[in-house]
Amino acid sequence: MIWLTWRQFRAQTVAAASLLALLAIAFAVTGPQLAHLYDTTVATCHTQHDCPIAINAFQSEDSFLQSLVRLVMLAAPALIGIFWGAPLIAHELEAGTQRLAWTQSVTRLRWLAVKLGLAGLASMAAAGLLSLMVTWWSGPFDRIGAGRMDPSIFSERGIVPVGYAAFAFALGVTAGLLIRRTVPAMAVTLAVFAAVVSGFALRVRFHLLPPVRLVSALNMSWVTQTGIGGPAGPNSLLVSITPNVPGAWISSSQVTTAAGSTSLGPPPPTCGANSTYSACTAAIGRMHLRQVIIYQPGSRFWALQWYETAIYLALALALAGFCVWWVRRRVS
Amino acid sequence: MTAVLEAHGLGRRYRRRWALSDCTLKIPAGQVVGLVGPNGAGKTTLLHLAVGLLQPTAGTIEVLGDRPAASPAQLARVGFVAQDTPTYSGLTVADHLRLGAHLNPGWDARTASDRIERLGLDPRQRAGKLSGGQRAQLALTLALAKKPGLLILDEPVASLDPLARREFLQSLMEAVVDQGLSVVLSSHLVADLERACDYLIVLIDSRVQISGEVDHLLGTHHLLTGPRRDPARLPEGQQVISASHTDRQTTLTVRSEGPIHDPAWVVSKIGLEDLVLAYMSRTVGAERRPALEVQR
Repeated sequence: MIWLTWRQFRAQTVAAASLLALLAIAFAVTGPQLAHLYDTTVATCHTQHDCPIAINAFQSEDSFLQSLVRLVMLAAPALIGIFWGAPLIAHELEAGTQRLAWTQSVTRLRWLAVKLGLAGLASMAAAGLLSLMVTWWSGPFDRIGAGRMDPSIFSERGIVPVGYAAFAFALGVTAGLLIRRTVPAMAVTLAVFAAVVSGFALRVRFHLLPPVRLVSALNMSWVTQTGIGGPAGPNSLLVSITPNVPGAWISSSQVTTAAGSTSLGPPPPTCGANSTYSACTAAIGRMHLRQVIIYQPGSRFWALQWYETAIYLALALALAGFCVWWVRRRVS
Repeated sequence: MTAVLEAHGLGRRYRRRWALSDCTLKIPAGQVVGLVGPNGAGKTTLLHLAVGLLQPTAGTIEVLGDRPAASPAQLARVGFVAQDTPTYSGLTVADHLRLGAHLNPGWDARTASDRIERLGLDPRQRAGKLSGGQRAQLALTLALAKKPGLLILDEPVASLDPLARREFLQSLMEAVVDQGLSVVLSSHLVADLERACDYLIVLIDSRVQISGEVDHLLGTHHLLTGPRRDPARLPEGQQVISASHTDRQTTLTVRSEGPIHDPAWVVSKIGLEDLVLAYMSRTVGAERRPALEVQR
């Protein structure tokens, strides 16, 4: 059964392995240079006080490879679901070859277990290897700003791609089993996978761990905008901030009064049309405003990665269990 | 006489339609059994139940003394060639033999390679490039080389041209003699089965109409021709299977254990095809009658 699974899966495995090898070569060639460039420009920019320029210059390095990496990481789990998962059983049902396979001296439970097990593990291994390479190569980029905690970066680093691959694969197999035709099963796999993964990233991930709520005196160096037209009305004071919490994923930041109200009242008199910006900010600084920041600190990266991966692996296992039940009871 | 296949009240329903119902059947060992019936009669359903591809909705079925596909050992004892003889189109002939060797503990590699050689199949050829006849032969080779006690074939020759059809049946019969197999073979064409089978099951409208050894069936069915008369007035023990009338003449297909002595009839031997057709026309008639009553 292992031989048959390998024989049927050979072409896909070879294709995936060659793509991974190509990417590995590209990374091996450019990776050390990137790390060196980071160490000599961005890491030491504080001494020369030109960090924004250094960061900008660094971020435009290898921009083609960077966009390719984004694309590959975004597409890889979906491709695994579409090209490895969906045809796994649908192709047999479509060609009627399950009637050949299930009448050899191997129970269909074993047939399914070996196929699901081997191809599923291959999916996870491929995604894990890819993510390992990408996480290493992108290391210098991920040390800037929110870095790897940024929602779109988070799902392309560490171990969550393994969870995505397992889920996409099991989803593809299930769709193929229920729809019994390869191409519609591929389409359904893509649609459901994209919906689940984006819904999870937008709605669920931030709440996997209770976020940190930081309340403190307003840090004037984080203020990026002052004016009128705040939440209390057209003539109320507006102060917005961009908190600088390195490596954190910040979901909201608010400025409140000392009492905790979001309506800051009228602007101080020195913020009139004829006053200077520095006089105005100094006056705001004397108002004893507070800031409320809700965020996930960067130190929780791995905890969040483990939680998310575990959830996707559990989903994949549930789908695999459903496939086993369905193949034993319902399919002929 | 041991049974290779025994079914009691066997039925299978797809949503609301019964594809096979109330099938009670005992197929003796050592026979080549023909399962004949029109398209959609439930032949494939019965055979799929027998190899465990389907689970029964009602009743029980035992094949070689065990529930179909109950264990790898049970699977190993039953060979199956499915309708349209499916093979993996991307795999070569040699790959198929390796598949058989890996998936069947009782695999006879010599039988398999000898057959492939005798058939003149190129082992490096992909199965998708084979002709229908070659593909059927490859599927039969797979089923034979696992050394089953019972071989089940579902319409193996339906899509073959007459020459390939004859060659396939011939090589099947040679293998049956060599390996001492029991065989169940379905077809919607009696002519395919006539030469090959020594036991016949007629399945029409999801029910078994009659089953028995071909010689016995031919010996107990008679074609009667005589002046026109009411078929209901036949003596006890003579069952009319089908009747057709012209203005002056009546032709009956009659089932009777004893000989027919009535001098009014000209009694002639019946062929297998006429016998099956008589049963088919009987069920068609039974369907029509209520429809006529509705129209009145």
